[in-house]
Order: sequence, then structure tokens, then C-alpha cells
Amino acid sequence: MSEQKETIITVRNLVKKFGNFKANDNLNFEVFKGEIFGFLGANGAGKTTTIKILCGLWAPTSGEIKVAGFDIYNQTEQIKRNIGYMSQKFSLYEDITVFENIRLFGGIYGLSRHEIAHRAADLMHRLDLEHSRDKLISSLPLGWRQKLAFSVAILHNPKLVFLDEPTGGVDPVTRRKFWDQIYEAADRGITVFVTTHYMDEAEYCDRVSIMVDGRIADLDTPSALKGKYGVKNMNEVFLKIARIKPDQNN
Amino acid sequence: MKRFWGFVLKEFLHIFRDPRTMLILFGMPIVQILLFGYVITNEIKDIKIAILDQSKDPVTIELTNKIISSGFFILDRNIKSMNEVEDVFKEGNVRQVIIFESGFGRKLKREGTANIQLIADASDANTANLVVHYTMAIIDDFVREQNKLTGSPIQFIPEVRMLYNNELKGVYMFIPGIMAMILILVSAMMTSISIVREKELGTMETLLVSPLRPAQIILGKVTPYIALSFINAVTIIIMGNLVFGMPVQGSIILLLAESILYILLGLSLGILISTITKTQQNAMFISLFALMLPTILLSGFIFPIENMPKILQWLSILMPPRWFITIIKNIMLKGTGLMYVWKETLILIVMTSVFLGLSIRKFKIRLE
Repeated sequence: MSEQKETIITVRNLVKKFGNFKANDNLNFEVFKGEIFGFLGANGAGKTTTIKILCGLWAPTSGEIKVAGFDIYNQTEQIKRNIGYMSQKFSLYEDITVFENIRLFGGIYGLSRHEIAHRAADLMHRLDLEHSRDKLISSLPLGWRQKLAFSVAILHNPKLVFLDEPTGGVDPVTRRKFWDQIYEAADRGITVFVTTHYMDEAEYCDRVSIMVDGRIADLDTPSALKGKYGVKNMNEVFLKIARIKPDQNN
Repeated sequence: MKRFWGFVLKEFLHIFRDPRTMLILFGMPIVQILLFGYVITNEIKDIKIAILDQSKDPVTIELTNKIISSGFFILDRNIKSMNEVEDVFKEGNVRQVIIFESGFGRKLKREGTANIQLIADASDANTANLVVHYTMAIIDDFVREQNKLTGSPIQFIPEVRMLYNNELKGVYMFIPGIMAMILILVSAMMTSISIVREKELGTMETLLVSPLRPAQIILGKVTPYIALSFINAVTIIIMGNLVFGMPVQGSIILLLAESILYILLGLSLGILISTITKTQQNAMFISLFALMLPTILLSGFIFPIENMPKILQWLSILMPPRWFITIIKNIMLKGTGLMYVWKETLILIVMTSVFLGLSIRKFKIRLE
């Protein structure tokens, strides 16, 4: 399905060591423009390390990596301008208002005052938050905050957005609604790179990679993976892969 | 640049929206000054004194009566010789001994001058200073009355001795001391807490992923505190002057410049603390225990450095407030210029650079 697709992330032989511990052990993968790429794995499998390297926060130990067409070693400034980021911890400031948060992040990403006003109005209209413009974030319910945080993360129309466990600690209904937003972003042409350990969410991705102990154990579309392992859902795929892996090591 | 100012604006919003922060920033300096000022300028009343009158003539008896009837002093006892002075003080009740030389009245008549010696227990420096000043005022008053009566000018030569603490360290110490304490608290504690809060909330990551450079983030976080600390410094100087008559003899520009240098030192310390702590609570404890206590105990703010054990004297060399207090005391009380405080200034500059250098290194290591 990816013949004519442009790649937006290219990772070749990525290794990240902390002392003797290999958090990322020779990763190789590509992410295509416009797709929703699920980056799955148990806690401690090395997902967060990879995402931090791709965002330019940490330097890899070795490997060739390109993000949005820029080299990870010496073009991190350009990369940062072209990506959005939302972490598992909540990323808006609770003690300032909805509009002030939008203005702050718009400003940080270099939008003009006019653009900020325009996009803020549009965003609040879409999220039905117009009446909450001057309310503190802390007064909004968690689900709303999350939607807003995601909208703010893509306010500057990045080519690519990284979501690091964006739905942690949220009920299934809110999670489902959050995924509607992710689809909308993908429809607008924004590539989505999302880490999660909820296997039901894996079903929503175009392609998923499953990480075990610092390596990519498998990578394909959810339906292909289910077919390959002969199971009905992604949860079982994950369990099979996670169980097989240690046996192979022994 | 626009990115940067938007970020600074947000930092101001954090500060103005948090009542606790506002209280620490603006309530604390005022309360501290009033508190210390009140304790120190408390009026004296019923202070016990002893008198050694070696002449017992009409003049000394009249002056003694005038001193005792003033209401400030109570005559605890008359003593007979100089040998008793030490014992009287050691008992601890008597704060001052007044000594009239022998032949006081005769000498006054013949030469127009006579000697009075005031000896005060300066282990409590502030009280000693007040007691001596009150006594002198009464004596001056007496001299004026006598001059009017006799027509021929007479003069008393008072000789003041402060026992146990010759130079009266402690007086006028509290305004420089409070300034040193509050500025370092506000700049170091508040900045470290506000930086660590971003780490705790996870917003620091969001910022680091953004096009803002790490240096811009740190600068943006500390800029509001530079402004607010500066306002604090000015408030303390003005209040010290208006409420407690603390003079500014030297250049006010130099005074403010030194304050800014000291604020920058506090900020670099705050940044350093923020790089080595993970929670706001830790940052606060480190700031309080590593900054506030030493400031109070080791900087000479309350306890004279000369009286400390050698080890503590060496330790006090490492305390930035010690040097800042020396600088502003010199400027405010003695009116000296940069020529006389360049050494202390240089020490502050070196300390600031070391703290900044260390935190830049720490910050980089963390990012890799």
C-alpha cells in the first residue's frame, strides 16, 4: 500500500545505549507521509527513548535518522519547527486560560498575532470551547483538556506530530473521541506518530510497530499482523509477540 | 525574540495568578522589615544602670538625678571602685555603668571640661547602642541647661566603651541583612521552584521540543524574577530609609548595580538548584536549608563573623550574602565608592560565573 508514498521518518540502525544497557537496539523503520503510525510496546520497551531521539531531545548513540527531511544530528532546529509534540504528561499550563495557552504556543512556534487570533477562534469553534475562552485550563474536564492539548500541538500545522501515550489515564469513550481528532489531523495531511500500550488503539492505526526489549519485533498493518499470527485482535498479537521473544533469546 | 517575550509574559501570568507566590514576593519583604525593625528599634524603658561617682559633688548628684528621673533608667546600685564594674556586668542585670571622674565639679569650674565614662554591655549590641545614645542625650541636655544658668560655656567629655562587642556589629545590620536574605531567597528559591515545576508537570519537555532554545527557556523563566527581585530591593531600601532612617550615604546607582549583581548570583544559584532537583519540594528544601539558614547564621547578619570558630569563619567565606552585606553596608553607611568594595564585587562576579558554568554543564549533560 506504500508504493508511491513519501517517507517522512527514516530510521536506519538506530542504537541508543545508556551505559551497557541498550534502550534501542538497532532499529530500522520508515514512516510514510499522512499515515497514522502506531509505536507499540510494553512499559520499558524503549518507546519513549525512540520518540525523544526523533524529536531531537536526545542524541542517538549511532544510526542514521531523518525526520521531516532533516538530519537528526545537525538540523534539530529545523526538525523542531516542523513537528508537534504532546506527551503522556499533560502539556498545557493549568493556571493560565485557554486563549493564553493558545497564544503562548502559537507565539513559540512563530505564528503572527493575526494568525494566532484566527486559528484560536477556529479551534475554539471546532472544539465548542468558545464560552471557555477565558477560563483557566484547570477548570476544564480532563477530556476537554486533552482535545485542546492536541489541537494546540498541531496549531502550527506541523508535517508530523508525535503523541507520547496521549490517552493515558482516560476512559474508553473519551479515548475513542480523541481518536476522531487524530483521524481529522491525518485527513489534513499531518502524519501521526503515536505511542500507546492500549491494544484497542492499535486497531485504529494504519501501521503498527511492536517493540520488545529495545527491538522492533514486528511491523505491519493491524490486519496483516492479525492474519500472520492467526488471532482476532491486536491484544492477542501483542501477547503472542511478547511471549515468543524471550523464548528466542534463551 | 517575539517567541521569547511571549514566553516571559506567560511566566508573569504564573506569578500574578498564584496568591502564594505573590505573598512571598511582596508580603515577605515588608513583613520582615517591620518585624526586625520593630524588634530592634523598640524603645528602652527601666534599664538598670550602676553609677560609680568618684566625686559626689553637687554637679554629679544633680546629673545623676536627672538621668534617673528620665524614666528610661533605674539605678540598680552605686558602686565604689572600677574593680566592681566587671562583676556588675557579669551578674547580667545592669546594662550600663556611668563613671564620673574624681573632682568632677571642681575640674568643671576650673577648666570648663570634665570627663564622664559610659560603659555599656554590648553583648546585646542594639540595646547597648540605644542606652548610650539616650544617656548622651540627657547629658547634652544637662550641659545646655548649665550653660544657660552660668553663662560660661562648660563641656563634658563623655568616653564611651562598648564592652564585649567593640564595633557594635548588629546595629544597622538588619536592613542589609534582610536585603541579602530576601533577594537570594526570591531569586534562587522562586526560580528553582518555577523551573522544577515545569519538569514536574511535563511541560518542560513540550518546551524543549519546541523551537525555543534551552537558553531562551531558562532566560525566559528567570527574567520576571530579575524584575521582581529588583522591585524588592528598591522597596527594602525605601522602607529602610523612611521607616527606620537607614541612610544611603553613597551612590544609589552603585547600590542598585550591586543589588542587580547579587540578584543575578541568586538566579544562577536557582538555575543550578533546578538542574539537580526533580521536585518542587526538593528545590524548596535545598533553597531554604542551603541558602536561608546559612545567610542568617554565617553571613554576619546576626552573629558577628569575628566571634565565630575558625571553621565557621572559613565557611562564611563561601556565603555570597556575607560579601553582599559588606558591600551595601559600606555604600549605605559609609558612603564608599566602588574603589573600596571592588574586591567583594569581584568575589560576587566570580561566584555568579561559577554557578552559571556549573548549571550550563549540568543542563547539557541532562540533555544528552
